[in-house]
Amino acid sequence: MVKKPLKTTGNREIINFFQEMLTIRRFEEKAGQLYGMGHIGGFCHLYIGQEAIVVGLESIAIEGDQRVTSYRDHGHMIACGMSPKRIMAELTGRGSGYSKGKGGSMHMFSREKNFFGGHGIVAAQVPIAAGLAFSNKYRENNNIAFGYFGDGAANQGQIYETFNMASLWVLPIVFVIENNQYAMGTSLERASSSPALYTRGQAFNIPGEAVDGMNVLAVKEAGERAEKHCRSGKGPYILEMNTYRYRGHSMSDPAKYRTRDEVNKIKAERDPIDNLRSYLISNNISTDSELKDIDKQIKDAISDAADFAISSDIPDDNELWTDIYS
Amino acid sequence: MIRDLLMPSLSPTMEEGKLTKWLVQEGDAISSGDIIAEIETDKAVMELEAPEDGFLSKILVPEGSEAVKVNGKIAEISSETTEHQKDSRTSSKAKEQVETNVDKFEIPSTKLDTITVRESIRDAIKEEMSRDDEVFLIGEEVGEYEGAYKISQGLLNTFGPRRVIDTPITEHGFTGLAIGAAFSGLRPIVEYMTFNFAMQAMDQIVNSAAKTLYMSGGQISCPIVFRGPNGAASRVAAQHSQDFSAFYSSIPGLKVIQPFTASDAKGLLKSAIRDNNPVIFLENEILYGKKFEREASEEVIPIGKAKIFLEGTDLTLISFGIGMTYAIEAAELLSKEGISTEIIDLRTIRPLDKNTIISSVKKTNRCITIEEGFPICSVGNNITALIMEEAFDYLDAPVINCTGKDVPMPYAENLEKLALVNTQEVVERAKEIIYR
Ligand SMILES: Cc1ncc(C[n+]2csc(CCOP(=O)(O)OP(=O)(O)O)c2C)c(N)n1
Ligand SMILES: [Mg+2]
Repeated sequence: MVKKPLKTTGNREIINFFQEMLTIRRFEEKAGQLYGMGHIGGFCHLYIGQEAIVVGLESIAIEGDQRVTSYRDHGHMIACGMSPKRIMAELTGRGSGYSKGKGGSMHMFSREKNFFGGHGIVAAQVPIAAGLAFSNKYRENNNIAFGYFGDGAANQGQIYETFNMASLWVLPIVFVIENNQYAMGTSLERASSSPALYTRGQAFNIPGEAVDGMNVLAVKEAGERAEKHCRSGKGPYILEMNTYRYRGHSMSDPAKYRTRDEVNKIKAERDPIDNLRSYLISNNISTDSELKDIDKQIKDAISDAADFAISSDIPDDNELWTDIYS
Repeated sequence: MIRDLLMPSLSPTMEEGKLTKWLVQEGDAISSGDIIAEIETDKAVMELEAPEDGFLSKILVPEGSEAVKVNGKIAEISSETTEHQKDSRTSSKAKEQVETNVDKFEIPSTKLDTITVRESIRDAIKEEMSRDDEVFLIGEEVGEYEGAYKISQGLLNTFGPRRVIDTPITEHGFTGLAIGAAFSGLRPIVEYMTFNFAMQAMDQIVNSAAKTLYMSGGQISCPIVFRGPNGAASRVAAQHSQDFSAFYSSIPGLKVIQPFTASDAKGLLKSAIRDNNPVIFLENEILYGKKFEREASEEVIPIGKAKIFLEGTDLTLISFGIGMTYAIEAAELLSKEGISTEIIDLRTIRPLDKNTIISSVKKTNRCITIEEGFPICSVGNNITALIMEEAFDYLDAPVINCTGKDVPMPYAENLEKLALVNTQEVVERAKEIIYR
């Protein structure tokens, strides 16, 4: 169930959380449909089920903080304020997309929003996240970096090299492990000698905690602890977000490694959006009809984004040869 | 309101699929997210979710239908139910169609004695594992998931978890571990989900596997196969679309194979597994599903022997792996213009079959190489240098290298096409050097 709101979280902000999580969900549903229709090609990894993590954590980020993640990146981009239209246009490979159509779903970036990707190679973004944090320390500003990675990625060696450096050099970084229980078809238990991922920083003196990553308020609360630790110069912090991905690993994953019942049970009991909706209504913060209006507005906006993405021009042929060197 | 339900695209390489099963009937109420059908793609059987709430008012493509084109209409969804739709549920029309379709489908591909590259690779692994207990398969998703590209389907069942080993996502680690096992005499087959991820393990492959025999004065050999899909698939962009032929071929101590036909894939993989050296075995996702006629020579094909795929007199085209598809198409187009083309399928890139190349060029006096990899320091560059040194006097025109473009692979459909090598380009360059 949804936790009691924090003192720092006002009612207006909770409604915003609802709105942002639902925007990500509707965006992903639409992306799935466009993939089925052939408008999106290649690999496309949906974030449905995990929305609370980025929405909760982005609520504590300040101007100048950086974030970097894997290929499952649409939610992160929406949450940090990038335009759904231009994200969708990248998915459909159009010139108006964030990477001019050259990156696609897995590889998108925004210098303006300090979003450093969108990385296709599992765990490669984690040392990069430490580099972003390093730049903050070097410049002596008050910014922190958020480095997101999955439960499967958590077994890559470069993560432990990064933990060591981040702790040794007291870098302002929050490592966010999005533990959605599966790495493609491999469950956490089948790949990890110790499934308590939040303890993996112990050997490096990095504090960590496990968080209900399907509860946006719990995410925010833990995020604030991590943030305080990092911004006050105490070095890195690990947040293991326990969550679940509803869809297959990518659009082409038949997901035979888990039962429908398992998925349905989580949807019924832990859905971050449904639970927040009930919370808002039962605490008289909002009404069913207000939330339905919000949903309708979101659906319209996402439809617009899809129309924009489909009707935008494909990239100019000359773009093949640009951006190789600066 | 009636909406069309279209055959969805469910994988990067899917163009058509089989509608294996309807899980609902005409007239049934469906709600968004319900599983309403099963669709077999080039890789797996996928579940189709209802895109919206409503009623499945009409099934247009009955279950069992093969080769249903992506984006073709498969059913209609209406927002409300009607009597008419309820009636149509009992109609036997759909049933009849199933039967006729099943009939059509029942012509089994094996009658023509064809086999896919995927099956051939699987057979090679299976046969070698049956023959030699020291051979084992290790990699991500090779066991319970049966391979990200279904190469290892059934192998866990046959050989058990001692010999079909699922790893964490730890390429550098499990590659080093497998090399250690090979040093002690086991014969690992290391599957990379794709070769793009072997870059995480490049140090172990190059510094440990390739060099140790030499550094140990011949004591420690490394009988290991590194295999997996290589090169561009479809729309998976820069980090997932790279041809590593030239990369690995520059390393002394490695052997590098890239087969084209199914029988070559099988015969060469068997040789690779039996070889006492580290072998890089480069497969291709797009070729996995391609059917080839079984060749008689399938059993064990020696490493380092090229194949004359087509004999000709005016021009030699040299390629390997998926590059062969452009060579074959180009040869067909050129023959319509009276140009006789010889095609060499290298099959092994290192060690290179110099004799086959040189004797062909001495005969045709012209040569074009074709590959999907980058142009700088390419396999073609190496072949060009070889021809310059050993057949310079026989050349009537410069050797041409047709390659992928000198750019990271873009995602957008139009740009991806431009980045890849293509048949038209081969034909044009051929005419240029034949002066017609
Ligand atoms: C180095 C590397 N190895 C393998 C892959 C293929 N691959 C892509 S995603 C994935 C699973 C990752 O799982 P996890 O880290 O849990 O993230 P999730 O997909 O659940 O968000 C794998 C094996 C890759 N992209 N990069
Ligand atoms: Mg995961």
